[in-house]
Amino acid sequence: MHKSLLIDPAKCTSCLQCELACSFENEGVFNPAKSRIKIFEFEHGRKAIPYTCTQCEEAWCLHACPVEAITINEETGAKEVNESICVGCKVCTIACPFGTVNYNSDSGKVIKCDLCGGEPQCAEACPTGAIVYVDSDWTGYLRMRDSAVEQHS
Amino acid sequence: MQHVIVGAGPAGVIAAETLRKKSRNDSIIIVAKEPYPAYSRMAIPYLLAGDVEENGTYLRIDANHFDKLEIEIRLNTVNRINTREKTVTLEKGPDLHYDRLLLATGSSAIRPPISGMDSPRVHNCWTLDDAHRMLSEIRARDRVVLLGAGFIGCIVLQALVSMKLDLTVVELADHMLARMMDHEGGKMIKQWCENKGVTVRTGTEVIAVTEKSNQLEIELADGSTITADHIVCAAGVRPNIHMLEGSAIDVDAGILVNNQLQTNVPDIFAAGDVAQGPDRSTGDQQVHAIQPTASEHGRVAAFHMSGDASPYGGSLSMNVLNTLGLITSSFGLWDGVDGGDRTAVCDTAGNRYLRLEFQDDLLVGALAIGLTQHVGVLRGLIQTKVRLGNWKKLLLDDPSLIMNAYLDRVQGTRA
Ligand SMILES: Cc1cc2nc3c(=O)[nH]c(=O)nc-3n(C[C@H](O)[C@H](O)[C@H](O)COP(=O)(O)OP(=O)(O)OC[C@H]3O[C@@H](n4cnc5c(N)ncnc54)[C@H](O)[C@@H]3O)c2cc1C
Repeated sequence: MHKSLLIDPAKCTSCLQCELACSFENEGVFNPAKSRIKIFEFEHGRKAIPYTCTQCEEAWCLHACPVEAITINEETGAKEVNESICVGCKVCTIACPFGTVNYNSDSGKVIKCDLCGGEPQCAEACPTGAIVYVDSDWTGYLRMRDSAVEQHS
Repeated sequence: MQHVIVGAGPAGVIAAETLRKKSRNDSIIIVAKEPYPAYSRMAIPYLLAGDVEENGTYLRIDANHFDKLEIEIRLNTVNRINTREKTVTLEKGPDLHYDRLLLATGSSAIRPPISGMDSPRVHNCWTLDDAHRMLSEIRARDRVVLLGAGFIGCIVLQALVSMKLDLTVVELADHMLARMMDHEGGKMIKQWCENKGVTVRTGTEVIAVTEKSNQLEIELADGSTITADHIVCAAGVRPNIHMLEGSAIDVDAGILVNNQLQTNVPDIFAAGDVAQGPDRSTGDQQVHAIQPTASEHGRVAAFHMSGDASPYGGSLSMNVLNTLGLITSSFGLWDGVDGGDRTAVCDTAGNRYLRLEFQDDLLVGALAIGLTQHVGVLRGLIQTKVRLGNWKKLLLDDPSLIMNAYLDRVQGTRA
């Protein structure tokens, strides 16, 4: 059973710990601009949504890649970019309808969430439990519950 | 069941792999005419630039990939399709039977009918053969004229600059990237290229080429002449459909296919650059000639070839391009629709531009320059046809809120 990132925007305080942890883990710097998870603020910062790749079933990025630089990590289910193969063509960045593959002009390659090989640092760093790493059927359950709540409220 | 696929580009390869997933026992044969492992044309610029070796252009890295999947690749050329006998005629060897046939033959580069364009100093940039010839004949600091500044031309431009050439671009249209960028954006890109030392001549064309003492005299319609060592021609393509002659398969700008990627002849399908298939924005049939459509076509065609009738709403026309570091993208009906609404923000000094096109409260098209983060949501919003509601007004005032609009409306993560 794969695990997924479960995000609960209601718990997010926009503290940016996830972005810092992500950029440090993956790029070796504490720089939110290089993070693969991104917090979007609404209502002048009163509300916030952490947003990253859901490792979707369709894998639009993977299918659009011309050189097989994006593959599935069988252990985690993550769609991972192999930097040494990526040519930087960016087709995956427009193919992903969720907008979660980004071009990094410093490296000339694309970057996306790879679940840190199974220990996602954003979830570890999140102090409020807005981002947790749980069994995938859990996220499905909670999503269902949430949408049911929304529909009936 | 025997599936025959003609062409080993992305459309043909992805179709074969998808067919294998659907069926363990069907026989799958790809017939391909270029003497290389299956490769991606769009990786060629990176080979020219020296970023990758030749194997970096291959669609699949593992040399045994196709053997493992029991997909047979035959080096041969299909010259004719015999729809009544259900066979294809090959250049070498006996006819090959098919139960289902997929035409994924792509397109070929053309040379405009200008005298002198047959000189050996004129190059196409379309196949690995072309790339080999360019790499062996064009030297650093050579004077090179690039003919055509459309999508492919601008991609090739990037590679030519990496090859350290003395480069002049000649484009017939009045701005660069005429089919994926408006006037405003085209001007910005041209200025950017000129600032990087590339001469760009738009709104004029080459009318004659003569080879004299190992160089080319290139005459332009405006009366001027350019002297150069080579021409690289990126002035259009045509679909590879000569094998359809006498076959009754309907063709327009490409092979006409319905929303199951079927031609008018039973059991014959077409995919990729050669196919004129459903466009998601207009519902018309269009040749997109882009990688994302080729890969999508490959998958969809394979579903239908294996008898799986999953619905397909057409492909979205879209491009992304890096012109000497300036990143441009276009999506859907970026030039707008009658009665629609438009908004744009342009920061000329910062080389940033974003234009959005709406119909009612739906996003139907977009152009972006300098946008590299979360650009895919433009596709998401257009493709899912999600009603923007109040966000439309907010976006008309400030298009840069696009990601917030997306999160709120598409992800339903209501803040
Ligand atoms: C330099 C360059 C850069 C590009 N950059 C981009 C980009 O950045 N983004 C983008 O979206 N697109 C880009 N493209 C376009 C992209 O490469 C094509 O859309 C894509 O290759 C189409 O795939 P396909 O499988 O339909 O056709 P192709 O890749 O053209 O494959 C066709 C196959 O059919 C074979 N074939 C043809 N006729 C026969 C026959 N009679 N018998 C047997 N085999 C035959 C060919 O040998 C080939 O294997 C670029 C193209 C080029 C040339």
